[in-house]
Amino acid sequence: MWSYAIRRILATIPVLCVVAIIVFLLLRLSPGDPAAIIAGDNATVDDIAMIRAQLGLDRPLLQQFVFWLGQLLSGDFGNSIYLARPVIGLIMERVEPTLALSVTTMAFAMLLAIPMGVLAAWRAGSWVDQTIMALSVLAFSVPVFLIGYGLVIGFSLTLDLLPVQGFVSLSDDPLQFLRHLVLPTIALGLVYSALLARITRATMLETLNEDFIRTARAKGLAEPRVLLLHALKNASVPIVTTIGTGLALLIGGVVVTESVFAIPGIGRLTIEAVLQRDYPVIQGVILVIAAVYVFVNLAIDLAYPLLDPRIRF
Amino acid sequence: MKRIIQIAALFLAFIAPGVVQAQDRATTLRVVVHANLQILDPVWTTAFITNRHGYLIYDTLYGMNSRFEPQPQMAEGHEVLEDGLLYRIRLREGLRFHDGSPVRAQDAVASLRRWMTRDAMGQRMGSVTSGIEAVDERTFEIRLRERWGLVIETLGKASNPAFIMPERIANTPSSTQVTETIGSGPFIFVRDEWRPGNRVVYRRNPDYVPRAEPADYMSGGKRPLMERIEWLYIPDQNTALAALNAGEIDYYEAPPLDFITSLERNRNVRIVNIDTLGTQGLIRPNHLSPPFNDPRARQALAHLVRQEDYMRVVVGNPRLYQRFCGAFFQCGSANDTAVGSEPYQQPNIERARELLREAGYNGERIVVMQPTDRPQYNAATAVLIQSLRRAGVNVDVQAMDWSTLLSRRANRSPPDQGGYHLFITTHGGPDTAAPVSNTWFNSRCERANPGWACDMELDGMVAEWARESDPAARRPILERIHRRAWETLPYIPFGQYTQPIAVRSNVHGIVAAGLPVYWNIEKR
Repeated sequence: MWSYAIRRILATIPVLCVVAIIVFLLLRLSPGDPAAIIAGDNATVDDIAMIRAQLGLDRPLLQQFVFWLGQLLSGDFGNSIYLARPVIGLIMERVEPTLALSVTTMAFAMLLAIPMGVLAAWRAGSWVDQTIMALSVLAFSVPVFLIGYGLVIGFSLTLDLLPVQGFVSLSDDPLQFLRHLVLPTIALGLVYSALLARITRATMLETLNEDFIRTARAKGLAEPRVLLLHALKNASVPIVTTIGTGLALLIGGVVVTESVFAIPGIGRLTIEAVLQRDYPVIQGVILVIAAVYVFVNLAIDLAYPLLDPRIRF
Repeated sequence: MKRIIQIAALFLAFIAPGVVQAQDRATTLRVVVHANLQILDPVWTTAFITNRHGYLIYDTLYGMNSRFEPQPQMAEGHEVLEDGLLYRIRLREGLRFHDGSPVRAQDAVASLRRWMTRDAMGQRMGSVTSGIEAVDERTFEIRLRERWGLVIETLGKASNPAFIMPERIANTPSSTQVTETIGSGPFIFVRDEWRPGNRVVYRRNPDYVPRAEPADYMSGGKRPLMERIEWLYIPDQNTALAALNAGEIDYYEAPPLDFITSLERNRNVRIVNIDTLGTQGLIRPNHLSPPFNDPRARQALAHLVRQEDYMRVVVGNPRLYQRFCGAFFQCGSANDTAVGSEPYQQPNIERARELLREAGYNGERIVVMQPTDRPQYNAATAVLIQSLRRAGVNVDVQAMDWSTLLSRRANRSPPDQGGYHLFITTHGGPDTAAPVSNTWFNSRCERANPGWACDMELDGMVAEWARESDPAARRPILERIHRRAWETLPYIPFGQYTQPIAVRSNVHGIVAAGLPVYWNIEKR
């Protein structure tokens, strides 16, 4: 298994190199100029040219790429064009909100979706199954921002139970940390619950038709034991894959939820950097997200033998 | 039973608003600002958000009052000597920077020198200045090569003003951002709590010495009454509005104009107009690209504009805009005049068609840049496109985000090689209200703002206006400038409107200073 893990880790290097090159070229070839944005609305063309020269944006593309690659190889993601601060520091500042939201969202989705999926599979074809599936289609179809605004109107403005927006660090105030995460977690978690419930139902249905389940029932095992210990455990590989991929997607893709609830996470950092053409920040974030994605997938792969001893590397 | 009570208590603690925070909230003003503060050097950028940050932590030598007359702020006063060629300015006593060091004349001199290399009006003043020198710790002199009537107005201008920094910081070249944020203003920047893209924190400067006069626009006593100011960046307008309605924030700097009516219905929220002059919308033709290199084509454009059409889509609420404003230097300002605008008060499509023909337009593609991520500009551009099409113009609409537009508008190439013909923007405040500081009015060809308005005769009139220090003698020059401007049209105004702020009803003491300032504000 270790040699497999090392091979996979080494394989990430060319992947990240390709990502780096594509991101660099896409950004530099797309329209927009950070110097013009920095200079402000009332700046003259000379002001913009001066700032461009100072930032090194007037140098040939190849020269800029070689410089950036040199920085990257020495472990330096460069500095934000606007803030003149290291990109890695900016990313680290934003990790906690995004990670917290991703973890609570996945936890919420798992708690809600797995029992629902199991129940739907167990009562396949009944009104219970149809209701759960209809709700999951609904949750998957309604945009996150709409659910978010609905929750804000209901729980914050009408009932005055939870805050509208913002994020409080766990180390500053654990209670406020949780209060601020409730609504965004529900808003985002409903979508993932729907996805997870459908995957759970489908894999459970497949497993429940297996011979060993029939044998377990014939031996007189209690139904909960059959469902949870025998069926769910054997159906867990695709479910864990979906959870893992979902978590990786969440880390890179919670832009809308972070915007609706004003959570200063990686999603908002990315979107602001894109709108302002803060090249080093965009490049840094994309590389980090790509690395997270690759390593989460690796972790899922390595978890398979634990769930299914028949799988070996 | 005991378990149930414990669970209920835990639930109540979870949902109850932070009681502990109540004390802090009384002394903290939580503000949703219009943009993300990223650049801290107000000389390095003209970004509005950095200008507002500057007003919190720095102070200025002079400040405008509500009649747009410069009043001493850090300055105790000044003398004009040698027939207007020498200005001797003395600083107030007891001024200190945030690091405890006294404010000296040398600091003012270094700050002015740095600022004059970047700011448009500062550069104009620099072109007639032969030297700025400190006489002693509290006095410095500005020596001019020729008479220039706007020295004190320039030092007291509201947008991108000459903020005073310690000499060692102000000696940083203006092409490089300063890294320290030490001023002598009413609030202190709390760097440790700065989270770019989320929150900026300022605390009260306990050593600030406000002037004794009452606050009036940008002049008078700047009393820091709140212990703490928190700027929050909430880009989603619906979220910001919900936060204001829920009382999570106290002050919303730029509420969307189409929500003003609904906000007015909330008894816990007040709408306050701090912008007595307002914002002017403008259509900027590229003066390098035919047909708009010909003033007749620009006049045709002006004939297509019905300001009310633009204001209806940009603003909506008729109480917030004027049906027609013919003043380049803003209606309601000291330089308000509509001379020359008479032919354009009603649209005239036939005349526009004639003028376009006379300018040599023959159905060529006209590139209009439309910034789809700026709702107000996007809507105004849609009106412009419709009116151009009505006049038979072959419009090539190029949709893009604002960042792309900012970079593209600096491109001098012909429209088919990355250039353009038309775009829309806005400007406002006292700087717009004067010929010499209105940057989009500047018609100095290559040295003008993108679009490169080019009319050296008009520029000569502006220089003549600037040399004159007697307001009465300036008036006829102003009217000549205005008449000429409506002929050569550096830009076409499409209306004037106000952007009010929204605050919780317990926020008092707001100073109508044209832009959001946070001194004198308290929560009761």
